[in-house]
Amino acid sequence: MKLYDYILSPSCYKVRLMASLTGVTLDLRPVDFHPGAEHRSAAMLALNPAGCIPILEDGDLLLTESAAMLAYLAAKAAPAWLAGEKPEEAARVQQWLAFSSRLTASLGGARLHEMLLRPGDIAVLQRQGIAALRELEAGLVEQGVRGMRFLASERPTIADIACFPYVALAPDGGVALDPYPAIRLWSRALRSLDGFIEMPGIHRLHELKPEPPIPTVEV
Amino acid sequence: MTDQAMTMQAMIDEWYPVGLLSQLQPGGRKTALMGAPIEVACDAEGHARVTAADGRVLPVRARYGHVWSSLGAPQKELFPIPEADQPGRRFVDVGVVRVRCSPLRTVENFLDIAHFPFVHTDILGAEPHTEVQNYKVEIREDVDEVWATQVKFYQPQASKSASGGITTEYMYRVPAPTCSVLYKTCPPRPDEWDVITLFVQPLSEDLCDVWPWMALFDDETSMTDLIHFQQTIFLQDRSILENQIPRRLPLDPGMEIPTRADLTSIAYRRWLKRHDYTYGAQLVAQ
Repeated sequence: MKLYDYILSPSCYKVRLMASLTGVTLDLRPVDFHPGAEHRSAAMLALNPAGCIPILEDGDLLLTESAAMLAYLAAKAAPAWLAGEKPEEAARVQQWLAFSSRLTASLGGARLHEMLLRPGDIAVLQRQGIAALRELEAGLVEQGVRGMRFLASERPTIADIACFPYVALAPDGGVALDPYPAIRLWSRALRSLDGFIEMPGIHRLHELKPEPPIPTVEV
Repeated sequence: MTDQAMTMQAMIDEWYPVGLLSQLQPGGRKTALMGAPIEVACDAEGHARVTAADGRVLPVRARYGHVWSSLGAPQKELFPIPEADQPGRRFVDVGVVRVRCSPLRTVENFLDIAHFPFVHTDILGAEPHTEVQNYKVEIREDVDEVWATQVKFYQPQASKSASGGITTEYMYRVPAPTCSVLYKTCPPRPDEWDVITLFVQPLSEDLCDVWPWMALFDDETSMTDLIHFQQTIFLQDRSILENQIPRRLPLDPGMEIPTRADLTSIAYRRWLKRHDYTYGAQLVAQ
């Protein structure tokens, strides 16, 4: 399975992360997105006329949408990451997969503007990013009331992986995550999964320090 | 004189990177230098041309993959990097990254090795190999540069061409207030040094565009892999830099407590203060 990849792209990271979590080995083909703009080269446009990455090739399957790549990896290697039989769960997975494109457009756009000098109206991008984060926070709080830690279920699904990278990298675009406790807990839960991998700007979970000994007080 | 003009005074005559030579456009690119809008373009002959907002043509140098300019009248030529003319090296334009921090903080972070195991985990450092061994730091009066030598550190993956962990030797050099040149053990050529630079364009006192550039001996690794290795390292630093407080680099003791591992940083700050290079710095007196 060949992934046209850029180390700083959150969408490429979704696929790398999903592959690592499901034990799939990817053949990475680095694309000089910045400063070379190779994703807009004739050869890359022939693969994906939209001129963006990631692109996933497996046999005669060619995917250019990261949500489809997550679904493919899960279906192939770890179906537990897909929605189960409950209609609500299936709907929520689809809801958050579609929602993730709003994160890409808003928080992702703000990040590209602030970090790699791409054009855009930064105030609008940040405002839209904050609106999306508030929606995600509310969604996670509601899930918590239902006794579930993840976006669509009590276990992580492809919907979580679709939303996680752009959220975790929001500060790169000048959007703080401090006001969202449910998002921070959710991020922590995802980062503690077996097989979790990092990308620049998303750090691994450092081990918790052992609890300090509490001296017994003689009364 | 305003406070802003005061802090700019000594640094205004220095050279700064303002763009990649490989990406010059006739139509020009708008950017800024120390708060002043400038435009970087190429003329009919393909030469770099930098102009201020009032149409004034600014001095230009085309060197080390980048266009260099200055708002003032540079008294010194752009600092030399002899390795840039050495045959057999590959020159890597890593590309610009904007960071919301003081340009001086970016250089200072580049000079620090103690953060490697914690920020560049499993690449430039790893626990429990966190000790910074003693090294030498001096301000070389003849060339007026800060130098740190005999810096040794255990690195799991020192460069793209390194296979497995090695103890890497470093030399750091600060030849200009917002530029640093790092000489580093070159795994395929033990008798040579790899050159990794950090060229920083000060947009304002707390915003900068960073242009890393490298001159390496490595015939194996693809150019894209070399770029991505360095971008990975620098982007791990970026979020840390944007969260440092105070935002401007304190030049007087009191705000921060240095340790032995910070010798280079102390020499850098002392050298900045000696030259009144205070654009992006914080002085207790303020």
